[in-house]
Amino acid sequence: MDREVIISAIKEVAAPYTQDKQALDEISETTSFITDLKINSANLVDIVLDLEEKFGIEIDNDSMAKMLDVKSTLDVIEAKLAEK
Amino acid sequence: MTKRVVITGLGVVSPNGADITQFRHALKNGVSGIQHDPQLEQLLFSCQIAGKPVIDTDRISQYFTELEIRNLESTGIVYGVIAGLDAWKDAGLKPAPDETPDWESGTVFGTGTSGIDKFRGAIYKLDNLQIRKLGSSIVAQTMASGVSALLAGKLGLGNQVTTNSSACATGTESVLMAYERIKSGQATIMLAGSTSDSGPYIWAGFDAMKVCTYKHNETPEKGSRPMSATASGFVPGSGAGALVLESLDSALARGAKIYAEILGGHLNSGGQRGEGTMTAPNPLAVQRCLSMALKSADIQASEVEVINGHLTATVKDTLEIQNWVTALGRSGKDFPYINSVKGMIGHCIAAAGSIECVASVLQLHEGFIFPNINCEDLHPTIEMLIDPERIPRTCLHKEFNILVKASFGFGDVNACLVLKKYNHG
Repeated sequence: MDREVIISAIKEVAAPYTQDKQALDEISETTSFITDLKINSANLVDIVLDLEEKFGIEIDNDSMAKMLDVKSTLDVIEAKLAEK
Repeated sequence: MTKRVVITGLGVVSPNGADITQFRHALKNGVSGIQHDPQLEQLLFSCQIAGKPVIDTDRISQYFTELEIRNLESTGIVYGVIAGLDAWKDAGLKPAPDETPDWESGTVFGTGTSGIDKFRGAIYKLDNLQIRKLGSSIVAQTMASGVSALLAGKLGLGNQVTTNSSACATGTESVLMAYERIKSGQATIMLAGSTSDSGPYIWAGFDAMKVCTYKHNETPEKGSRPMSATASGFVPGSGAGALVLESLDSALARGAKIYAEILGGHLNSGGQRGEGTMTAPNPLAVQRCLSMALKSADIQASEVEVINGHLTATVKDTLEIQNWVTALGRSGKDFPYINSVKGMIGHCIAAAGSIECVASVLQLHEGFIFPNINCEDLHPTIEMLIDPERIPRTCLHKEFNILVKASFGFGDVNACLVLKKYNHG
């Protein structure tokens, strides 16, 4: 799956969790969920659950712990999709 | 030097009115909020009628963010947040600015149990080995303090933020706890209130105890009958009530509307000694609570004009009247006017006290005594104790100065509050 497609899916999933719509519009691989999108860290687990549903994948605890920015999230999603 | 404490804001989500305007109208006109509940029938409840506030999704979106609404399954939190924010607004107050909490404002917002539907969903997932699918919203909605935590976040409260719990005395207790905090100078403004979830999972335990009526499934509005000869158990209810308490100095300084002054009150327990048990009140403790409240308010029993009772429509109503008669040393035609909100809305459990405190303040402020509905057949023992004329069956329009409100709860706990009309100038 194209990385741009995955980024736009991440953007869609993250949207309800951020109040900073401008930062969301400027989302890129370097975007951090917590420092850039100012998402409450408690909601990271909800974002992971939403991504699992969206991509039909299952994300283990170790992978989940890495998913703090768009790039690492992309890497995890690509790896899990490849395993399918 | 203790502070005088006044009430400057009101909010309510009641089965017979989901805001102050509707609730006031319902109170004055004796409008029932009790309806047949198909879900209770389906689940084989003995009592298939209940009091549930009506709130549409548009209204909810005015109080909660889109994200909060996504997984919101705690009716108690919905009712509590709406009533609490309404009271804050009614008091002419605004949320604290983004960066700084309001150190002088706090909340005591009680409940019995929080988010029981949320809990149920979580337990099903857990038992299906889906713990990883629970998400982040379970704790904030099922911790008892979920409602006070959410309110504090929305308003930026920086003083004490807590949830009290004392069964059916919770709401009246919250007002007294908030009052003490302001009186002692530890806070300037406190949001007091309580909330209670709707639905079978919160009400089932009472149905199982056979304390709810099963005789009015076809006549819901007739089901809740405080002080009636044919009272046959309480009707379960739900909702929330909220009151903004404030030091008189602060209220005057900002030119706030003052609904009433809290003169004093008392909290106690019968210790489940004597006639007191987990579920039955120790009459000595009830009488002591009422007497100590008057003493704390520095008023004589003869000055009490209106009583808003606990009066649930169970066999204990007669005992409650007896306790008032004994504590006040007044009976027959000399007894104050007395009424119970529960005839209209049932017993809203943890929310009962706060909704009824709101009703009490409205009566005092606006000069009316709402009618007791469904007690056209007054209980004969009550009729021997007090004159029937003291139990209004139609709304009385009458200015008065002193109202006493009491609530009693499982665990043999009691709460009593003394309110005085505030005369400006």
